[in-house]
Amino acid sequence: MADQHQNADNSGAHLIRGASILGGAAEDLLIRDGVIAARGRHLDADVAGVREATVIDAAGLVALPGMVDIHTHLREPGREDAETVETGTRAAALGGYTAVHAMANSTPVADTAGVVEQVLTLGRTAGWVDVRPVGAVTVGLAGEQLAELGAMADSRAHVRVFSDDGICVHDPVLMRRALEYVKAFDGVVAQHAQEPRLTAGAQMNEGEVSAVLGLAGWPAVAEESIIARDVLLAQHVGSRLHVCHVSTAGSVEIIRWAKSRGVNVTAEVTPHHLWLTDELARSYDPVYKVNPPLRTDADVQALRAALADGTIDVVGTDHAPHPSEHKECEWAQAAMGMTGLETALSVVQHTMIETGLMGWEDFARVTSTAPAAIGRVQDQGRPLEAGEPANVILVDPAARWTVDPSKMATMGRNSPFAGRELPGKVVATFFKGHPTVLDGKLNTPYRWPVDALDAGPAGRRP
Amino acid sequence: MRHLLSTEDLSLHNAIRILDTAEEMAAVGEREVKKLPALRGRTVVNLFFEDSTRTRISFEAAAKRLSADVINFAAKGSSVSKGESLKDTAQTLAAMGADAVVIRHWASGAPHRLAATDWIDAAVINAGDGTHEHPTQALLDAFTMRRHWSKLAGTPSAGADLKGMRVAIAGDVLHSRVARSNVWLLRTLGAEVTLVAPPTLLPIGVEKWPCAVSFDLDETLAQGVDAMMMLRVQGERMNASFFPTTREYSRRWGFDDNRLRALDSLGLKDTIIMHPGPMNRGLEISAAAADSPRSTVLAQVRNGVSVRMAALYLLLSGENREPAAAAVSASAAASAAASSDAPAAHAANPNLTYSHQESH
Repeated sequence: MADQHQNADNSGAHLIRGASILGGAAEDLLIRDGVIAARGRHLDADVAGVREATVIDAAGLVALPGMVDIHTHLREPGREDAETVETGTRAAALGGYTAVHAMANSTPVADTAGVVEQVLTLGRTAGWVDVRPVGAVTVGLAGEQLAELGAMADSRAHVRVFSDDGICVHDPVLMRRALEYVKAFDGVVAQHAQEPRLTAGAQMNEGEVSAVLGLAGWPAVAEESIIARDVLLAQHVGSRLHVCHVSTAGSVEIIRWAKSRGVNVTAEVTPHHLWLTDELARSYDPVYKVNPPLRTDADVQALRAALADGTIDVVGTDHAPHPSEHKECEWAQAAMGMTGLETALSVVQHTMIETGLMGWEDFARVTSTAPAAIGRVQDQGRPLEAGEPANVILVDPAARWTVDPSKMATMGRNSPFAGRELPGKVVATFFKGHPTVLDGKLNTPYRWPVDALDAGPAGRRP
Repeated sequence: MRHLLSTEDLSLHNAIRILDTAEEMAAVGEREVKKLPALRGRTVVNLFFEDSTRTRISFEAAAKRLSADVINFAAKGSSVSKGESLKDTAQTLAAMGADAVVIRHWASGAPHRLAATDWIDAAVINAGDGTHEHPTQALLDAFTMRRHWSKLAGTPSAGADLKGMRVAIAGDVLHSRVARSNVWLLRTLGAEVTLVAPPTLLPIGVEKWPCAVSFDLDETLAQGVDAMMMLRVQGERMNASFFPTTREYSRRWGFDDNRLRALDSLGLKDTIIMHPGPMNRGLEISAAAADSPRSTVLAQVRNGVSVRMAALYLLLSGENREPAAAAVSASAAASAAASSDAPAAHAANPNLTYSHQESH
């Protein structure tokens, strides 16, 4: 690996030759000084910078905007045995991401300006992707008292997404107040929709399979009833609501109805809910234990259709690494969650693109443009045009690879896709014009200017 | 058969094989010396993460009658209560050379984890896991029913199934591993099962089970029942609003004296009353019902030892372990000569007796 000091200027220019832009016609992209300096069919040597640029032959590759994850657990601070910002963002870069939203359920909880600024700094020091801290809605995720949302919004981390993810903001008054309050700084409340009383001790989707396995059920209605309440609250107070990891066909119907009524709601689906079903729980292997749980095939089909028609806006990984001892145990004892950063692109390609439900342009919308808009991440999810920030990935859609969790960059070995052959591979990731991934392998991190390590949010200079 | 984890995936062939072997084991229990050398030198660990003296001593008696060395490992007061994981416990037992692990666990699927992982190589017998299954309980219930059903038909038990037998199972199906194991096994054996319970104590998805479901115990009895199995109901369920009061539960779903009398007035003179124990007298079953001649409660306990002997025997010295099998057949042959009610043809060798079962 190159000396980091050599990358202080984030190393030079790259000329991407003949990439299929968003799955369309092949064109060249010249990346230089952090931006897309030029785009064209055959950029010739007179274009400034072309001569000096490192050429990447991108024949057969698809160029896409860097992916933006609206839902990532980086575990730091507090659970560095599960993941660190460094390892999690390496995984993100390898998975094609240039920005991730780090969920607030760290230890301590990201419920103050101090913690979100710490996470921001850790992300910039790592330099693999833009780390956007999510702020907790309530103090300690306890669901009792609003955290200092305004202080987090005004902090260097410039928080715009607030979530108690992992726990539902179930008190209707508190949820109403949170929705109202974040309007003051254009924030959004990202709700983990789970009615707690209906899911006490819940282990898996409640249905035919749970009945046989004798595992306590997590009924679809526990998700749907909260979403129904929340879209009505969002409408009532005129605020912005984001629904995390939608998992049921009924939730899709409610969100579709809310959108038709003009409610300002966005929704997310995870890659695993687009593919896997509760049948996998029959193995009692806790690698399939996740919250919300894997549902039925009818739910999977409804989620795919909803992502294709825009009812569901984004794919969020809910990347949730756990130490192996939290999965090598009885199902009921096991932690909930799955890794996802390094498999998301492939799983979406498999479930949405190879099924003909979506094209690469739609892929760019649901993995980059829309999540950047929800998180108000200004220099991400942009068009691949001259003058735009160079957050770009190159994907080989013809590649096939077999998932081996032991070879992943994340510390988590809890991938439910282990052993499966997946299509699509990230060949290169450019973050702010710098290649964090080249030839499918980690290159070097982007080096923020020294003053930016203590400065304002991405894309802004104080 | 490498493990006995559930009845859901137990084939008819293997189910009958266990029941028939249990018949032979029962004959051993009637001898003066209730012991076979079949598992001499083999180690059976009773790994209990949940208190259950009845099941544990039943397995212990079964293993000892087969001359196995028995180690009882109760999770309470052990390293497990100090936070040791199932994986470490299993690897510890493997290092000590356990040949079979009989596991009782509060978590559904724990026996499957032992069997599916490389933590331990021993045969695993599920002695009750969470609200999932309790296969040896269902097998001893089926054994008890089969003896009754065969006696009524005047045919030998060995080799028989339960085709045509009407079985009602009443109580807390939702939380019952006994109910689940019984539903699958009774289906496999050809019985007709009706579950009777308050709607709150039936799992979502029960409509896909191979049985009928009723909310009305009297109506079910009126349609005719050959075996009435009552499930234990925890009075505390009342606190979670599964039913309003224990009295209301008893009136609607308990097997009380009125229903005991109803069996007579309905002409169901051969109907047996079963309970896996321990009973809540006065809640799901009245004292008169529990103590009536129809009750098979104690026979079930007795048969439990035979069925568990059969399971241990087949898993540990089944078709792959000829020397042990030979030891048993020599001993069983001797016992057949001595015991009048052991069917000699079947006792000769448990491994050669069941070729006709494929026709079922």
